[in-house]
Amino acid sequence: MWKLAPAGTGKEMRTVFVETLQDMMKDNKKIMALEADLGSASGFNKIQKSNPDQFIQVGIAEANMVGIAAGLSMRGYIPFIHTFAPFATRRVLDQVYLEGAYAKNTINIFGSDPGVCVAANGGTHNTFEDIAVMRSIPEVMVFAPADEAQLSWTIRECAKLKGVHYIRANRKGNPTMYAPGSTFEIGKGNVIRQGEDVLLLSMGEMLSIAYQAAEELAAEGISVEVVDMFTLKPFDAELVRQEAAGKKLVVTFENHNIIGGLGSCTAEALAEAGAGVPLKRIGANDVFGQVGTYEYLCQAFGLTKEHIIETVKDALK
Amino acid sequence: MDKAELLKLKKGSAAIRIQTLKMLKWRRYGHLGGAMSIVELMSVLYNKQLKYDPKNPQWEDRDYVVLSKGHAGPAWYSTLALHGFFDPQMLYTLNEGGTKLPSHPDRTKTPGVDATTGSLGQGTSVAAGVGYAFRLNQSSQKVYLIVGDGELNEGQCWEAFQFIAHNKLNEVIVIIDNNKKQLDGPLTDVINPFDIAKKMEAFGFHTIKADGQDEEAISDAIDEAKAVKDSAVCIVLDTIKAQGVPYYYDRSDSHSPKFGPEADAAVDAVIAELQAFIDENGGM
Repeated sequence: MWKLAPAGTGKEMRTVFVETLQDMMKDNKKIMALEADLGSASGFNKIQKSNPDQFIQVGIAEANMVGIAAGLSMRGYIPFIHTFAPFATRRVLDQVYLEGAYAKNTINIFGSDPGVCVAANGGTHNTFEDIAVMRSIPEVMVFAPADEAQLSWTIRECAKLKGVHYIRANRKGNPTMYAPGSTFEIGKGNVIRQGEDVLLLSMGEMLSIAYQAAEELAAEGISVEVVDMFTLKPFDAELVRQEAAGKKLVVTFENHNIIGGLGSCTAEALAEAGAGVPLKRIGANDVFGQVGTYEYLCQAFGLTKEHIIETVKDALK
Repeated sequence: MDKAELLKLKKGSAAIRIQTLKMLKWRRYGHLGGAMSIVELMSVLYNKQLKYDPKNPQWEDRDYVVLSKGHAGPAWYSTLALHGFFDPQMLYTLNEGGTKLPSHPDRTKTPGVDATTGSLGQGTSVAAGVGYAFRLNQSSQKVYLIVGDGELNEGQCWEAFQFIAHNKLNEVIVIIDNNKKQLDGPLTDVINPFDIAKKMEAFGFHTIKADGQDEEAISDAIDEAKAVKDSAVCIVLDTIKAQGVPYYYDRSDSHSPKFGPEADAAVDAVIAELQAFIDENGGM
């Protein structure tokens, strides 16, 4: 079970990733961490020091890293690979598809700094399409954990499962949503705030912004339910259908292209259920990323609580 | 190598070549050229060098074969059938809907196939991962990684080779089938590889050149590769596209021909000649 936590900022997500792997490695020599020359950026170089036999440096060769992970999996190892989100997904899509999913191998993928988290690395390193491409591969699971507790839980669950699991997460710290030790269920969304008028779906680093927007809308007499859809695949279409019933509006809020991400998942679920509730999708709208601070990029792509509030009010007029 | 053993390998090659040609002729199309050029290698692996158990294809201590040039699958399937992994009748399901023998190898479908390949270049990295796992387990197992010379166009091969060389990962025996032709023509016309052996040496491999039509030379090269302890190892096999089927040597469709009456006759003649060789030498 999960519980919400008081507001605050958790550890850096990369630190959570590293510490969780180090902790699992104590009891499980089959866990392997692979890095493509971003060990200083991810913190994986700490694993190289603490668990040298469970770390592999592959150099700047992401496609090779995916194949090596597949080969390790064929011999019973549990590989966790890291690189920036665009290189972990669109650059190695065929390798992940074929040597990972199609060949029934196990590869756990940490794609860091998705979307606007890219900040100073800019448009070349931006990915607004990683969820879209990864969820289109059969049997691949896609996660966007919101905070420290959820990320740690997700990593531990992935280590228990066979198959390809893609975890997209900020490298920096996200606002805390969940209490330490919270547990979740893969493929199940979490209703983190009850509401009557509007259903607001979000995930990852955007979840806390969605929550704040809901709080402010409440002060203006608009009751907003907030749901954390941290599992993009399998997607909790049943929860969306159920919670959309009786609402005036559904809104999705994501650090991703509205094509192929949470907005699309939600649209598919609502349409297939014949829900008939209007949907507004907030996210990057078929545009490329760019360089800037995280705050600048959130403004540039409309990933702000003010934009949610404005969108909801306009739609309810 | 004594004469009896060499004869066994040569008869093994003949049997694989016959079986592969029969299968492709039955199918009326297929990747003949690249399959034929690894026949002698397959005979040496499965009749002499490889540790395997056809009754237990998942045997933990087996050596692995990664056929990165996955389109040569038909030669591998014939080899596996002839060595007891499945009924040779199954060969006559190649590329049928629901078959366990798709044109490109699939580890989830075929007994004895350890790696899924076909998207060229990718098998090199998979083999590196398996070899690394062998090293972690302090195992003496080997991975025989078979790469096409045309496949070397793929950048991923060189990513994997750098990793294998850097780690002196001689658990992986890299074998390059240098048959000198790719789908669109001679390598020198499509993308000139220049001197492949020199390239591999420059990448840090102990590199051995061997005649890919000569079972003894292939086996000796593998023995030499296995003895290397301080670097990565590579064998460059000098082969011919469509090896053993001269009808195709100068044809531009040797990569994946369709069969017609003329091809049928040429292939039948090869099959008859090879069968006579086997029969004259005491059969299988």
